[in-house]
Amino acid sequence: MQRLKLVHSDSSPNDVLLEVSDFSLRFKGAQKDLISHVSFSVKAGQTVCIVGESGCGKSVTSLAMMGLLPEGAAEIHGGGITFDGRHYDLKDQKALREFRGSRMTMIFQEPMTSLNPSFRIGDQIAEAVQCHGAHTAEEARARALAMLVRVGIPAPEKRMREYPHQLSGGMRQRVMIAMALVNDPALLIADEPTTALDVTIQAQILDLIRDLQAETNMGTIMITHDLGVVAEIADTVAVMYAGTVVEAGPAEQIFNDPQHPYTIGLMSSIPKLTGPRGRLATVPGMVPTAENMPDGCRFATRCPFAQDICKTDPKPQSFGNGHVAACHFAPLDTHFEACA
Amino acid sequence: MTQDLILQATALKKYFETGSSFTGKSSVRAVDDVSLDIARGETFAIVGESGCGKSTMARLLMRLLSPTDGQVTFDGQDVSNLKGKELKALRRDMQFIFQDPFSSLNPRMAVGSLVGEPLETHFPEMSKQQRRTKVAELLGLVGLRAEHAERYPHEFSGGQRQRIGIARALASSPKLIIGDEPVSALDVSVQAQVINLLSDLRDDLGLTLIVIAHDLAVIRHMSDRVAVMYLGKIVEQGPVDTIFSQPRHPYTRALLSAIPVAEHGRDRDRITLDGDMPSPANPPSGCSFHTRCPFAQDKCKTDVPALRDTATVAGHTAACHFFDDIAAAHPDAVVADSRPATEAAQSRFDLYQDAMRNGVTPKVRQQQ
Ligand SMILES: Nc1ncnc2c1ncn2[C@@H]1O[C@H](COP(=O)(O)OP(=O)(O)OP(=O)(O)O)[C@@H](O)[C@H]1O
Ligand SMILES: Nc1ncnc2c1ncn2[C@@H]1O[C@H](COP(=O)(O)OP(=O)(O)OP(=O)(O)O)[C@@H](O)[C@H]1O
Ligand code: SF4
Ligand SMILES: [Mg+2]
Ligand SMILES: [Mg+2]
Repeated sequence: MQRLKLVHSDSSPNDVLLEVSDFSLRFKGAQKDLISHVSFSVKAGQTVCIVGESGCGKSVTSLAMMGLLPEGAAEIHGGGITFDGRHYDLKDQKALREFRGSRMTMIFQEPMTSLNPSFRIGDQIAEAVQCHGAHTAEEARARALAMLVRVGIPAPEKRMREYPHQLSGGMRQRVMIAMALVNDPALLIADEPTTALDVTIQAQILDLIRDLQAETNMGTIMITHDLGVVAEIADTVAVMYAGTVVEAGPAEQIFNDPQHPYTIGLMSSIPKLTGPRGRLATVPGMVPTAENMPDGCRFATRCPFAQDICKTDPKPQSFGNGHVAACHFAPLDTHFEACA
Repeated sequence: MTQDLILQATALKKYFETGSSFTGKSSVRAVDDVSLDIARGETFAIVGESGCGKSTMARLLMRLLSPTDGQVTFDGQDVSNLKGKELKALRRDMQFIFQDPFSSLNPRMAVGSLVGEPLETHFPEMSKQQRRTKVAELLGLVGLRAEHAERYPHEFSGGQRQRIGIARALASSPKLIIGDEPVSALDVSVQAQVINLLSDLRDDLGLTLIVIAHDLAVIRHMSDRVAVMYLGKIVEQGPVDTIFSQPRHPYTRALLSAIPVAEHGRDRDRITLDGDMPSPANPPSGCSFHTRCPFAQDKCKTDVPALRDTATVAGHTAACHFFDDIAAAHPDAVVADSRPATEAAQSRFDLYQDAMRNGVTPKVRQQQ
């Protein structure tokens, strides 16, 4: 069987593919914005990782980009995206959904909720095929099969006839990827694509996404709360805390020269595979609820550096190459000294 | 050797019969001939991929399941056939912490009753007032406040619910606690809080901990010894530092090399495993890892390798026919120490850690 060659997208690397600017949202009935002034951009052929604690708004942000926020529940009162060279208002979720079509696709956080349990794998992928002159059912099935081969599913003809529950978690995730990529999207949003998987399977899936991306020059937004995954796969990183991007920039700078106290706290909390095994530093306390969100810096209630001025909004400060951090006291080392 | 053993498992097996006589019966070898010695006061970790039998192992050790074959000894007593009063006493001495802080607590019970319930069961002689005092003490022990007794589980975050679960487990003053993925549902910042809490409790109360986890970094941080499981069997076991620096079983090597490390630009020799773990209903012949092992030879398809001593340190065993040859051909990957952050960044990390340790706000520099 021939190996499917994915079509190379026409954009060259370093073209900005997607730009999200100033996205703010609150859910109906809430007193304060859940998502506040979120901006970031994705270049063709590059991977942006959005990282942050559970509930910080990673999934909501990606659903908004896809035009999939539930009508009525969410009140979007700011923000737009530029995608494929055209600008869209995030408020008009329906227009966005129609416009992005299959140029932007998403792998959802729970694979079982996005695969229909009562249809065969092959039929579900074939159903999703829209392009490549696949007009007949046979052509669509051929494309589906080629895609299963491409994502490394063993015995693909057999798998085409199986149902989702017959597959292991790793296989299901491969099917999800096949389905998301079957129409050669320019941008893939993957929401925690490996969180439910064992490390050896996770390594396989990350390799697969990397390979496919190199082949197609597709831009990828990877949502995760695992900084290990971020280090493996990210070109750029956006660190979210309580609905805001507190720090963003090239992966290398985020890991080797982090500026925001939250980023530093997050990195200090991770148990390490080398070095001494002393007591772990933590980020004390927990994320405030939407109702109790402080004014100014949202991290102030947990930040060991917080001062009065933190009750006002910190302006993003730049550290070169697009590295920004929203903290009044960045860089911390010039503002604080160790206590005696 | 006169080690003070608290818990021993000998040739434990648990086969689950599945299917019907109509579809054809098969048996799932969830735990297949496992022996363990747990020393008093240590933290022992069990690691392995989903479905390898970790939870079944924990339930066997707790006597929540009875084994198909084999024996469990707790504090010198064979507990395989305990009933009634004696079983209740065992339940008091051995407690369980569950993975899921969301589903393991009854949503209709206030925290005070959740933590008070095991007190009532195990110390029926306690008065109401004594119980209330003890609940407050237990809540304090896990970093919650006495007022929290009035509240219900949904009013708490995941990390706080896990603390409630820990307080419940501590209520009967157990000697040993088994945690089945006690921190894996938590975000890293909160996970670190609970890891610290568990180590403090172990040290302060002299507990023995058995921790089941799939996160190797968490295990390295918490435990003294590790057993690596694959398809119902222990394939490698030893002191935690040795397992991490000189892994001998190819599966352990692969696991260690698959972990994504939160450091930028680290190059690693990755041993990639193809495929999934085979079904425990139909385990491969010979070495059950041979279908995925990059080093497998003909002998591996036919002969079952036994756990045997390695040449590293005492108590380090592995079940692979060829681990010496593999170790000779593939020297231990020297896991490089963490790449230093920039000097300025390091001083920021230090400032942060200082603040955490001393609980005080760092001093603002006086502008010159
Ligand atoms: N339809 C909705 N109505 C009201 N609140 C919602 C709705 N959907 C999400 N939220 C809230 O928005 C916040 C952000 O949710 P989101 O799913 O984006 O988090 P996340 O960062 O993806 O977290 P996780 O890592 O757990 O997936 C949460 O507090 C969630 O409870
Ligand atoms: N009651 C049961 N009946 C039949 N099979 C079972 C039963 N309980 C467990 N098994 C099977 O035994 C094997 C081991 O299961 P176990 O839950 O112990 O794995 P685990 O290592 O804890 O996995 P995970 O990491 O996913 O929790 C699995 O194949 C599982 O499907
Ligand atoms: S702005 Fe203040 S509270 Fe926010 S992170 Fe910076 S120092 Fe901490
Ligand atoms: Mg999410
Ligand atoms: Mg389990």
